[in-house]
Amino acid sequence: MRITKFLIMMVAITLFSCNGETASNEVVNPVDHSTNTVKKEVAAHKGQAAVDDGVSAKNVLQVAASLEDFSTLVVAVKAAGVEDALANAGPLTVFAPMNSAFAKLPEGTVETLVKPENKSKLAFILTNHVAPSNYPIKQLTKEAKKGRDLYMASGKYLKVENKDGEIYVGGTKIIKSVKVSNGWIHVIDDVLVPAE
Amino acid sequence: MMNKIKQIIVLMFFTGLLASCGNISSNGNSSTSSRGAIGNSAAERVYVAPGDHDEFYAFVSGGFSGQLAVYGLPSGRLFKVIPVFSQDAEKAYGYNTETTPMLNTSHGFVPWGDSHHPDISQTNGELDGRWCFINENNTPRIAKIDLTTFETTEIIEIPNSAGNHSSSFVTENTEYVVAGTRFSVPVPQRDMPINEYKGNFKGALSFIKVDQKDGNMDIAFQILMPGFNYDLSHPGRGDSHGWFFFTTYNTEEANSLLEVNASQNDKDFIAAINWKKIEEYVKNGGGTKVPANYAHNVYDEHTHTATSTMMKEVLTVNPSDVPGAIYFMPTPKSPHGCDVDPSGEYIVGNGKLAAELTIHSFSKMIKAIENKDYDGEAYGIPILKYESTLAGSVKQPGLGPLHTEFDGKGNAYTTFFISSEVVKWKLGTWEVLDRKPTYYSVGHLMIPGGNSRKPFGKYVLAMNKITKDRYLPTGPEVTQSAQLYDITGDKMEMLLDFPTIGEPHYAAGCPASLLEANSRKLYKLEDNKHPYAVKREDQATVVRKGNEVHINMTMIRSHFAPDNIEGVQVGDKVFFHVTNLEQDYDVPHGISMIGANTSELLIMPGQTETFIWEPKQVGVWPFYCTDFCSALHQEMQGYVRVSPKGSSVPITYTLDGDALTE
Repeated sequence: MRITKFLIMMVAITLFSCNGETASNEVVNPVDHSTNTVKKEVAAHKGQAAVDDGVSAKNVLQVAASLEDFSTLVVAVKAAGVEDALANAGPLTVFAPMNSAFAKLPEGTVETLVKPENKSKLAFILTNHVAPSNYPIKQLTKEAKKGRDLYMASGKYLKVENKDGEIYVGGTKIIKSVKVSNGWIHVIDDVLVPAE
Repeated sequence: MMNKIKQIIVLMFFTGLLASCGNISSNGNSSTSSRGAIGNSAAERVYVAPGDHDEFYAFVSGGFSGQLAVYGLPSGRLFKVIPVFSQDAEKAYGYNTETTPMLNTSHGFVPWGDSHHPDISQTNGELDGRWCFINENNTPRIAKIDLTTFETTEIIEIPNSAGNHSSSFVTENTEYVVAGTRFSVPVPQRDMPINEYKGNFKGALSFIKVDQKDGNMDIAFQILMPGFNYDLSHPGRGDSHGWFFFTTYNTEEANSLLEVNASQNDKDFIAAINWKKIEEYVKNGGGTKVPANYAHNVYDEHTHTATSTMMKEVLTVNPSDVPGAIYFMPTPKSPHGCDVDPSGEYIVGNGKLAAELTIHSFSKMIKAIENKDYDGEAYGIPILKYESTLAGSVKQPGLGPLHTEFDGKGNAYTTFFISSEVVKWKLGTWEVLDRKPTYYSVGHLMIPGGNSRKPFGKYVLAMNKITKDRYLPTGPEVTQSAQLYDITGDKMEMLLDFPTIGEPHYAAGCPASLLEANSRKLYKLEDNKHPYAVKREDQATVVRKGNEVHINMTMIRSHFAPDNIEGVQVGDKVFFHVTNLEQDYDVPHGISMIGANTSELLIMPGQTETFIWEPKQVGVWPFYCTDFCSALHQEMQGYVRVSPKGSSVPITYTLDGDALTE
């Protein structure tokens, strides 16, 4: 029994020694192969959200992250693990709640939602703010006129209304609109919590 | 009992060792390898993990594909095929109206070329990563590729030349890119009997000045040499900077059955040309301007459009008018490669049919010139005594030597076509240090920076013409290949073998760090000077001018503006001028129209391109985005209504049922 264990160990050691520079006695002419590739851990492990080429116009995520008003939203996006989706080619239209919108929620709601066990619930709420399409304000005005609802990434629909020239989505007013590389951000002051 | 157990353990150990390191014979190494079989597996050394980048760029010529492919080393992964001399329907190169002028020549539009020798620009004899030049053999041309956009931005035709083979090598500071003719021809071209070749045909060696600011190419002068074949060339460097060396064959001046008739002389020549002296001569008004007709095509990255200009004159230089500028060094048996070592002292002549490699010494050559150590002359050009310039020779190196590159550590590597091998030998002692087989019939080889003052001697890439059984078969035509060897040890080790596009004729390589940070990501929309650029969706228009209809359209994720167009008629010539409004890296859009007799367009962010559609049938015809751009790519489409000729349907264009204007 003991011998078997020993044999397994020996083979394991042998395998390990083939794996690299550990078998130093075999390397007559040692060469540093660690420079074979230029390490780019960012690209390898972090996904599209980590790409910042310094030239492209900023995407939804980069714009949101650069504005203090959206710090809660950005924390929530990270907690839900949906950063890469917001850096994707899209196109995306994001109705972005400001910090004050999150503050309107019952006390403790945000803290509860960002807990790991609520990840999918949080993702569902966040995706209810994202339309997988390109809706500048001009297009939203048109949607309101034609009575067309917006299909959101959550699978739910949002109503668009035009009240005296102001555009409302899901009952809340669009305060400001920002063109981003992969679509549009429309700033709102309410969290659009789906009915269920 | 104990002994037996020990025996088993020892046996297990070695069995496990052998089995787990299964690369012992697969890399073609003999037991003489300096690194043990278990030291580093070949697979590990070429493995570039997902998301990691390669250490080197390799620009591998496509040969008869006419293009230039960009690979990573050591992985051998293909990143891009840069269209240069051949049309490329994938990228609309040579199809859209913007790039069609790039393929214009004095013979009209030529859709194909034979690309050969890429060479990266240099400063002080070291790779500088600004441009890559490459020659076209068939319709003599030199192209320049911008190494920030990885696009062909200039092509110049070479007059008085044919089979533009001893090209396109740069001098130490990219003062010139040099193009030599392989076939001698009547200069100027004229109607004359072929068998009056001897003494009448000329071999033009062209020195193309490169503007250091924008890389603009301009033929400074052509030396009209005797009617030999000029095969390959390389610049001097270091002390020999200011000289250029060309191998010649067919010094017999045969005009038929060259495989026999051009192999008669025991020695042909390496022509040594003091271009600085000729430059001086030209600067002082020397040379003769002669009528010529050749195309100079330049792509402007702001108009995103190429223009073709026909040049009507070229300055020629008669060698006998510049005494002391040109010499011949006898070199055995139809030398092919002409390679200069990093120090500039040694000039290697790879005599295709010779039993040994001939190495000339630059310093001995200078001495021989001073001493007038001549062995006659040819057409007024002094022939230096063979022994006076000879530095040494590599004895019995292999069969069919073609090309040599250098590792910067005192070693040279030569390919042998007939014996299918790469041979490593030592400069100065001329001893053979190692030889490794290639699979099969290797042509060129490449060490990144291997023909500069500063080679990066980590890998050599051997490029093979024949692969037979090396890959899964694909009918009568099978791929050609490149093979990567590690040259950091005493012995070469084959690491990788990968298929290539076309014929991997030659390659140029450089550290990735030289180019990576400069690689362009997009074109700024505000800098777009294309005459039909539309920079805002609400400025898109459709305009009729007689039977021409110009659709000035935009594209952005995920629609065209306009996407419903009416009023086009059968017999119209419809121009789609399409601007990609994106300003985001890696978001090109494409467009194609049913029935268009041309390729798609593939438009980079901020760029405008044009294709022409001549509708022949009444109906409502769709167009769509051909590049999977976004989640709603499949929604990115539109319609054109085509009415009969003379119809009263007016031109209208809309998006979502509305006019585009504010």
